[in-house]
Amino acid sequence: MSARSSAALAPQAGDWHVLEGERWLGALMLAPALIYIALLLGFPFLLSIYYSLSDITVGSRAMHFVGLENFRRIVQTPTFWRSLGNALVFTLVSQALVVILAKILALALLRDFRGKWLVRLLILLPWVAPISLGSIGWLWIFDPVYSIINWTLRALGLLGPNTWPVWLGQPDLAMASVILVDVWRLLPLATVIILAGLHGIPQDIHDAAAMDGAGFWRHLFRINIPLVMPIMLVALLFGIVFTLTDMIIIFVLTRGGPYDTTQVLASLAFFTGIQGGDLAEGAAISLFLFPLLVAVVALLLTVANRAEVA
Amino acid sequence: MATVETRSLTKRFDGGNAVDGISLAVREAEFLVLLGPSGSGKTTLLRLIAGLEAPTSGDILVGGRVVTGLPPRAHNMAMVFQSYALYPHLSVAGNIAFPLQAQRMPREAIARKVSWAAALFGIGHLLARKPRQLSGGERQRVALARAVVRDPVAFLLDEPLSNLDAKLRTSAREELQQLQRRLAATTIYVTHDQIEALALGDRVAILDHGRVHQIGTPQQVYEHPADTFVATFIGSPPMNLVDTDAVVTGFRPEHFLPRGVYGDDEMLEPFPFHVTRIENLGSDRLVYGLLEPPLPPAKVISRIPCTVTFPLETGARYPFVVRHADLRRFDPRSGASVSAAPSGRPA
Repeated sequence: MSARSSAALAPQAGDWHVLEGERWLGALMLAPALIYIALLLGFPFLLSIYYSLSDITVGSRAMHFVGLENFRRIVQTPTFWRSLGNALVFTLVSQALVVILAKILALALLRDFRGKWLVRLLILLPWVAPISLGSIGWLWIFDPVYSIINWTLRALGLLGPNTWPVWLGQPDLAMASVILVDVWRLLPLATVIILAGLHGIPQDIHDAAAMDGAGFWRHLFRINIPLVMPIMLVALLFGIVFTLTDMIIIFVLTRGGPYDTTQVLASLAFFTGIQGGDLAEGAAISLFLFPLLVAVVALLLTVANRAEVA
Repeated sequence: MATVETRSLTKRFDGGNAVDGISLAVREAEFLVLLGPSGSGKTTLLRLIAGLEAPTSGDILVGGRVVTGLPPRAHNMAMVFQSYALYPHLSVAGNIAFPLQAQRMPREAIARKVSWAAALFGIGHLLARKPRQLSGGERQRVALARAVVRDPVAFLLDEPLSNLDAKLRTSAREELQQLQRRLAATTIYVTHDQIEALALGDRVAILDHGRVHQIGTPQQVYEHPADTFVATFIGSPPMNLVDTDAVVTGFRPEHFLPRGVYGDDEMLEPFPFHVTRIENLGSDRLVYGLLEPPLPPAKVISRIPCTVTFPLETGARYPFVVRHADLRRFDPRSGASVSAAPSGRPA
């Protein structure tokens, strides 16, 4: 600050020098972030491209360039296509639920009521808890023998004597279960983001809509949702990226089973590359996510930008 | 259009009463201005009448029907906000059509009404624009068009001119008044600007601390203020108040003139005046000073029009006078007027 103001006061004297100083300072301050990105994102990304074009495995040190052979092999396996489909179902269903539920929660939290801080705290908890711990908790909730859901349903008389759902063992229920956990996990972030968006709408706009005779639904769909749309899309963007790239929930709960019915690209890449030892193919699978994510990000940012300008 | 009435309307907030037992009746097609300093409760009163706030006690009647506690929709009034509150994501046409869509009016009828309202305010060429692409004056017109388009029972205007620049404000004031006359619209207008209030209102209600101090025509509130608050709030510079034995005497600066200005046959009250400062404003001279014995040394102001070329010097003493007819008397304790005056107390 003082360097700036003194530069402004004496523009001729030390202009060149001060500019140099600022340039160095800026670079220095950016350095940690840049180094972090380069080491932990950039380098692995380039490495995975390199691996995906080779025949490297965990066990051998020999490595040959094989071109697009890995990709050709992947697209011929049904597991890959199933995982891609699962990833899309997992992401789209969970994010649709997250956006709708988060919007409802945010609307509820916008009003003043007693104990609001407690409700806010409780809603934020799933986001604060480590994802693996939360998932392990859910693993117990879905346990085939001790599932608290089943016992509660039975105690309430909602479960017949011969029905006993195995949440993580039956294909449809397994997918529903991992979606449920993902929704539980991502709901807080989306709620907080949408709540911030709702707070940004001036009270006058709401009053004007009330004066203009808009009822609850008209107000919601013509005023409220269009005005938070750009921010909702940001929340959706985060949710899609988190869900598409996340494998912890699936790794902890189902390991992709039963019969690969909850296998997604992220978990398949892990199982193939790390646990199966085929680094090259694992890298190739994980790279499939990249164009998908780029497309999603580009699409949503374009829509959000248009919604804002419009 | 209809009458709008409030009966002992009270709104209590944490700190106290924002609106404190206000009863007033707005006649059909009348232009009533709520005037008061900030925090006087005028905007809260307007919001209560609109139905945007629920009163703590008291009633609101529209056309003789009690609407207290009903949502704004049931009040069926149109409001223009200080910020205009245009819907930023809708075009001008969308903004104007919004209240009609809420009434489930058929599409062709909406199109007809929107173009009628747009023509009324000369914004037909802006219909496809978004609010952010409009100037302040254009936004204000869109807000007005949105208000008039659906034939409400009354218009509520919350400082609609305060975001316009001074020049635009004068012309907007004129247009607003003409429009109100043409539509014969019952109008309640909130402002803190006394010039706006006196220029626009059929009647002006002066509020302070949630209470109505006086309701009357601009002439009544200016010439016969009901109490010392109104006397000093209306008029710029305000009415001079002089504490003499057991009564407060008030007179307007423009009535407080050198002795020589008046003829010999007038009934005059003498005020010996010690001039301490003179401001020449072109059209007027503002003369500041103190009264001399036998009167108490009160600070008073004289406004002398430029047509009166009486020579005055700072530091000198002059015999000033006020006509008896222009003197107002107030009770020193309550501040209420004790002059025999045309009734101007709250209705």
